[in-house]
Amino acid sequence: MSDKTNLGTPLVEMRDICISFGGVHAVDHVSVDLYPGEVVGLLGHNGAGKSTLIKVLSGAYKMDSGEIYVNGELADIRSPRDARRFNIETIYQTLALADNLDAASNLFLGRELTSAFGLVDDDAMESEARKIMSRLNPNFQKFKDPVSALSGGQRQSVAIARAVYFNAQILIMDEPTAALGPHETQMVSELITQLKAEGIGIFLISHDIHDVMQLCDRASVMKNGKLVGTVDVADVTDDDLLSMIILGKQPGKAV
Amino acid sequence: MTDTNEHSAKTGATRTRPGLIQRFMRDTELDTRLLGMLGALALIWVGFHVYGAVNNGFGAFLTPRNLWNLSVQTSSIGIMACGMVLVIITRHIDLSVGSVLGFCAVIMGITQVWFLPQLVGLEHWSIWIIACIAGMIAGTLVGAIHGWLIAYLSIPAFIVTLGGLLVWRGVAFLITRGETISPLDSTFKLLGGGPTGAVGSTGSWIVGIIAVVAVIALIIMGRAKRKRFDFRLRPIWAEWFIGIISVGAVIGAVLLVNSYPWPRGIVRRYADANNIEVPEGGLFISHGFAIPVLILLVVVVVMTVVMNRTRFGRYVYAIGGNPEAAALAGINTRWMTVKIFALMGFLAGLSAVVASARLGSATNALGTLDELYVIAAAVIGGTSLGGGVGTIYGAVLGAFVMQSLQTGMVLIGFDAAVQQVVVGGVLVFAVYLDNLYRRSSK
Repeated sequence: MSDKTNLGTPLVEMRDICISFGGVHAVDHVSVDLYPGEVVGLLGHNGAGKSTLIKVLSGAYKMDSGEIYVNGELADIRSPRDARRFNIETIYQTLALADNLDAASNLFLGRELTSAFGLVDDDAMESEARKIMSRLNPNFQKFKDPVSALSGGQRQSVAIARAVYFNAQILIMDEPTAALGPHETQMVSELITQLKAEGIGIFLISHDIHDVMQLCDRASVMKNGKLVGTVDVADVTDDDLLSMIILGKQPGKAV
Repeated sequence: MTDTNEHSAKTGATRTRPGLIQRFMRDTELDTRLLGMLGALALIWVGFHVYGAVNNGFGAFLTPRNLWNLSVQTSSIGIMACGMVLVIITRHIDLSVGSVLGFCAVIMGITQVWFLPQLVGLEHWSIWIIACIAGMIAGTLVGAIHGWLIAYLSIPAFIVTLGGLLVWRGVAFLITRGETISPLDSTFKLLGGGPTGAVGSTGSWIVGIIAVVAVIALIIMGRAKRKRFDFRLRPIWAEWFIGIISVGAVIGAVLLVNSYPWPRGIVRRYADANNIEVPEGGLFISHGFAIPVLILLVVVVVMTVVMNRTRFGRYVYAIGGNPEAAALAGINTRWMTVKIFALMGFLAGLSAVVASARLGSATNALGTLDELYVIAAAVIGGTSLGGGVGTIYGAVLGAFVMQSLQTGMVLIGFDAAVQQVVVGGVLVFAVYLDNLYRRSSK
């Protein structure tokens, strides 16, 4: 690992993570890390354990064993609330939006702004939502409608706004472009580049090798719950990554 | 992320000018569902009145007496419907509320008839307070147990509360050994309504004035807030329109309850007791708002604030819309379920206060079949069994619709079997209409 960004303390270090469901080792002794201003791609087949690994970091699953360090300190993450306290924000593949609530309510879900009497302050939240959305998606106007009335791209921008608004240090993006058209995919790519420049570390789960080659600094490949290896994207070709995903072989080693 | 669809939709909207009604709805920001329900209620009321006038020669429905009684009869179901909304929004159901009501009534009955008189003496001032608290604590605990079984042991709410329906009715019977517990404390009985269980003319005007001040304050504050955040304001005429209609409704309600006088016999007894001379044409003493109606009113206001303006309410809707998303947003969905069912139990206990006080006694059979009326009220009021959708005012209006139908059919002399057929049919039809409404509004 010759990349200069990898010096110093990692933003996140997940060490030796294990989690199993009913005897199946979904994640089996996996270690990954992430540095500030870095994008690390997580690759693998469906069921390779990428999403499960990431849900441990976001607090949705409890790991069986292993340790998570944030900024070099042991972090005890047992719930989504804990993860948020460590400035870890997640954009889930399913977007995890409550369809019956409007954009602002979703943006602030679990972290509502309240007035002096402790009551939810919808107007203040809508005002804040308008500010952040004007940056991410200037055409977004449907602030009064439930998000079920929004298009795929609009819903995605609500989910992204939620992660970005709260000053994430560590951003997890699970297939952020899977449901989007080419134009919107381009917007997400630009956003990733911009966030990276701000020093935010991003875990990017993707199936698209080209996305990974274009956006990521490093890539960690998983297969059957195990880590195949982590490589600097600059050092490998598309085919190298593909053979890691499909064959589970490290590049440079005998095939 | 740009969205071309939305853009074109917007320009499309500006090209075709909206019609008068659409513009009116947009400017006043009134809920079409609310208007629909009020319309249905008006139709039922006028329909029964006219039917009675034509068929029996006397329209008995739109009289102060009937409407006053209607408001009292709706209270018990209405109070519970407010809790059922939360339960159904979170994709659960509570079949046990009628039995829990009976159980709570029995607890309150034995507290004030068997235990307290021996401790503090018969008709002591504290009896009704302690009895009410005991009943509401019992309801809350029962609800919390249900919620815990549902949330932490993952037993479906349908099964837990179906079990509860049998268990609590049975426990109530075991406690009373089937006896009717009476007489209840006389102060306690005021909570059930009746001529003395109402706040009278002056009291009703005080309630009315508070309501009017609240309406005006809400309108002014809402406008100031929109200005501060630079949101679109309602046109001034729309603010005036809503203000005048609301104030008019409040004053109308006060005039209505004040125009229903005490029956002559009670007036005579009251006059004798207070040494008042009854004048020639009789003494006109107004009922005013019945206490159970005021209890319902307080429940509606508090629950509306809870649902719309607190985190708890927001989380109820979020869990109903997408339980997984709610959990990922850091909401403790299991603990929320316990709280929701505990609240439902509390309201069943409060409802038991009203129901047993109105009856003047406590029996283990009190509240039988109430669960069905409560669920029907919530569903007619627009609460979706699919979860995520429902309002407090809708459920209470639903309760009024149910009760109006029943009262109306009694007044025009339908027998009980026909009443059941109609109420059942209306429930199914109302949900069908609601589906149509939802589809067209999408």
